[in-house]
Amino acid sequence: MEALKTPTKINTFLSDTATTDRELDYSSKDFSSDQDVRWCPGCGDYTILKQVQNVMPDIGVPRENIVFISGIGCAARFPYYMETFGVHSIHGRAPAMATGLKVTRPDLSVWVISGDGDSLSIGGNHFAHMLRRNVNLNFLLFNNQIYGLTKGQYSPTTPEGTTTKSSPFGSIDHPFNPLTFSLGADGSFVARAMDRDPKHLQQMLKRAHEHQGTSMLEIYQNCIVFNDGAFELFTDKKSRPRETIYLEQDKPMIFGKDNDKGIRLDGLKPEVVELGDNWSEDDLWIHDEKDSTKAFLLSKFFEHATGENGIKFPRPFGVLYAVDRPRYDEEVIRQVNHAAMSNGSPDLDSLLRGKETWTVE
Amino acid sequence: MKKQDIVREEVTIRFAGDSGDGMQLTGSLFTNTTALEGNDLRTLPEFPAEIRAPAGTVPGVSSFQLHFGSKEILTPGDVCDVLVAMNSAALKANLAMLKSGGTIIANTAGFDRKNLNLAKYGDDENPLEDGTLDGYQVHKLDITKLTKESLSDMGLGYKEEERSKNMFVLGLLYWMYNRPMDSTISFLNSKFSKKPEIAEANIKVLKAGYHFGETAEIFTTRYTIKEAALKPGEYRNITGNDATVLGLVASANKSQLPLFFGSYPITPASDVLHGLSKYKNFGIITFQAEDEIAAVTSAIGASFGGALGVTSSSGPGIALKGEALGLAVMLELPLVVLNVQRAGPSTGMPTKTEQADLMQAVYGRNGESPMAVLAPRSPADCFNMAYEASRIALEHMIPVMILSDGYLANGSEPWNFPLSSDLADISVDFEKPRADDAEAFMPYRRNENLVRSWAIPGTKGIEHRVGGLEKEDLTGNVSYDPENHQKMVLLRRQKRDNIADFIPEQELDQGNEKGKALVLGWGSTYGSIRTAVGEMLKEGYEVAHAHLNYIQPFPKNLGAMMMNYDQVIVPEINDGQLVRLIRSEFNIPARGIHKIKGRPFGVNELIESIKEIMNGKEEVYA
Repeated sequence: MEALKTPTKINTFLSDTATTDRELDYSSKDFSSDQDVRWCPGCGDYTILKQVQNVMPDIGVPRENIVFISGIGCAARFPYYMETFGVHSIHGRAPAMATGLKVTRPDLSVWVISGDGDSLSIGGNHFAHMLRRNVNLNFLLFNNQIYGLTKGQYSPTTPEGTTTKSSPFGSIDHPFNPLTFSLGADGSFVARAMDRDPKHLQQMLKRAHEHQGTSMLEIYQNCIVFNDGAFELFTDKKSRPRETIYLEQDKPMIFGKDNDKGIRLDGLKPEVVELGDNWSEDDLWIHDEKDSTKAFLLSKFFEHATGENGIKFPRPFGVLYAVDRPRYDEEVIRQVNHAAMSNGSPDLDSLLRGKETWTVE
Repeated sequence: MKKQDIVREEVTIRFAGDSGDGMQLTGSLFTNTTALEGNDLRTLPEFPAEIRAPAGTVPGVSSFQLHFGSKEILTPGDVCDVLVAMNSAALKANLAMLKSGGTIIANTAGFDRKNLNLAKYGDDENPLEDGTLDGYQVHKLDITKLTKESLSDMGLGYKEEERSKNMFVLGLLYWMYNRPMDSTISFLNSKFSKKPEIAEANIKVLKAGYHFGETAEIFTTRYTIKEAALKPGEYRNITGNDATVLGLVASANKSQLPLFFGSYPITPASDVLHGLSKYKNFGIITFQAEDEIAAVTSAIGASFGGALGVTSSSGPGIALKGEALGLAVMLELPLVVLNVQRAGPSTGMPTKTEQADLMQAVYGRNGESPMAVLAPRSPADCFNMAYEASRIALEHMIPVMILSDGYLANGSEPWNFPLSSDLADISVDFEKPRADDAEAFMPYRRNENLVRSWAIPGTKGIEHRVGGLEKEDLTGNVSYDPENHQKMVLLRRQKRDNIADFIPEQELDQGNEKGKALVLGWGSTYGSIRTAVGEMLKEGYEVAHAHLNYIQPFPKNLGAMMMNYDQVIVPEINDGQLVRLIRSEFNIPARGIHKIKGRPFGVNELIESIKEIMNGKEEVYA
């Protein structure tokens, strides 16, 4: 991570503290702050917190170089529970705050914690702009399809028709699909995980950390009080094999209880097939994270719950899309450093004097 | 014919034309040349909010007023001596600004039937012919035709020819006021370095205007305005927005911090974004955010990381930033917030000036949310206040709002610029790293001035969490404890009030230390008030003038100073904001003079208003 070439107090100060060469020997406990965690018993946030704490020792970043920034909502309390630097900011604005931090301090590992309301309603603007700029940070979108902290109103991801406190006759708002939204905003890393598959969640967190650019990881999170069981189809042991598919790079799309189903592409039209007499693995769609068109198709395994042959499309988990493209924070520093090199060292006196002066005797 | 040369102490010229006629450029070039000649000066550019209102109409008129002289000049002038009217709409919109007996230079090509109708003159009306202008000295010139004739051998298109007619006016006025053309010629050569034929055309027209003055029989008088007796030193001309830019660059440079500037374009603040984005080699990062809220929150994020976070806007944008400003108050991080005020409410009058955001700056956030508030008094003073705002924000870990305004932002004056070595030190320290066995870091532990330390990420052993929820004293943990909330509210206010120990005491600008009336102003009204009080002192009135740069907190001696006068009179370009603060904070019956017309005070209307209050009127709308 390139620092500002113009000598600053921060650069000098941080090089004096000389922490980066140190041998890191953390356990997940080292990332747990002294604050009592105060989510509702059984909340999906607990397991997400635990997996993040489990992954942190493995990412090879000194604890003091990690920053968690959140907006408002249940999920937004997250930074208080991490023994790192953190800011619990304001409604929907965490992406903007993280952008300001990351472009001045590219040396930091910045994680944004957000919920479906925070990122897609009040902060929808900042969410979109963070993605298109491709700021190098990790964005964890805890999606529970409900407003938890304000006690049970429908959120921008709540399915149409849902009865909530603010929609007693059923919600008539068409919901956002967070992954389609992210792909539409040219997000360079778009992935999905769930609270009830900790191992897979850990893998996704590591992938998010490794990706250079905005890593958008949607995490299905169960709100036990206001929307219990919203994702049960995908998390319940019985229905999960039928309802989910785990994406792996260069691997065919196979799912089902006995790996007996697959997805093939007829042109750009996906269809669910039974493996056996008519179709074999060789006929299936091979997952490619770098294909944005196919990533878009996968993100739409959501609205098209039923295929033409009456079989449901499974919900994809894993990395739908991951490509490298220029990172905003890197470009900012590059411009500043380029100006520093080509315009010579800054001379405040000549700047104050300007081009045309006169002297009064 | 012998032409006479008259020496004058001061002159006000108003250039007015269609917004496509280049009047702002003409005015700026005349200003630069005049500054280089050593006159004192003030300018007032006025232009429509529309990029191009329909050509030839009154709403499309753009004007630039310049007041210059060999004496101290502090206002752009109540009325002008010379009005340049490039078309009939420009005359209609600006005639009221011309003093009786003043000079009009009218471009007759802009007074044809079509233009007269566009300016809403009746079918049988033409002010140039029908006696409307009796009592003025009117010079009717077909400037468009004269311009075209001077370019006849160049083979340019109609539009290129037409476009350089403002240079004819400039040349003519250079002749009338004995100004050299060198600076403008070198400007044109560099501006059109890639289109040398356009540079040549403009220079040709400029010279044609100059020589027309010399040879045409109609102009019999030239004027000389000698150098002003300014304080010795080296000067440059500067606008308020440019001075703000330099003040911010200087504060970053002196504090050795990167400056992060998050901003969203808005009139009249955008030039600060344009200006700062040129100085990346000073470690300046400019971020054109997606909206006002992202602009301020990104700056707070940068401040959290150890940079000097700055955001700018104008009133409506500041309203959008409100919640985030509260966050900055709560996080106790440095933040500089520039508000280039304009007339409101809501979108208001974007290109017109007003001082009506004082209450917004002091109180305009939810909860008890104290910020420091500063106000520059002149274009060049924007440099000092930008520097002071950064110093206070960094040394006191608090958001500081600068209340500039449209008049300061676009107006200009000569500036005796400082050397970097003259600038006050800005002392910044980051919290030091800690060993594993050291006692726990307390993010909200305070020093003797109640300031917490700047604890930036990347520092081992001081990992901590901050946020907008109420902080427990010392630990910074979330707290709903009632006693703690009251304590923290009072601590944050006291921290802000303690800044009074680190700012200069209030000085009297003019007048005696005791007297009948103290005229107390703030911000951009300085020039008008100083001139008005100066004239009243000459007339023998027992008045004095004090002008506030520091509004929150007030200078420590302000209360005592006001007690020395029978009356405190507060003129403001608003419906009474500082006057209310003064009444409530000091419990004295201060009286207000208000003007809410989107324009600065004229000196004469101010003198009349002050006299009315001294004669017993409760308040005056000028």
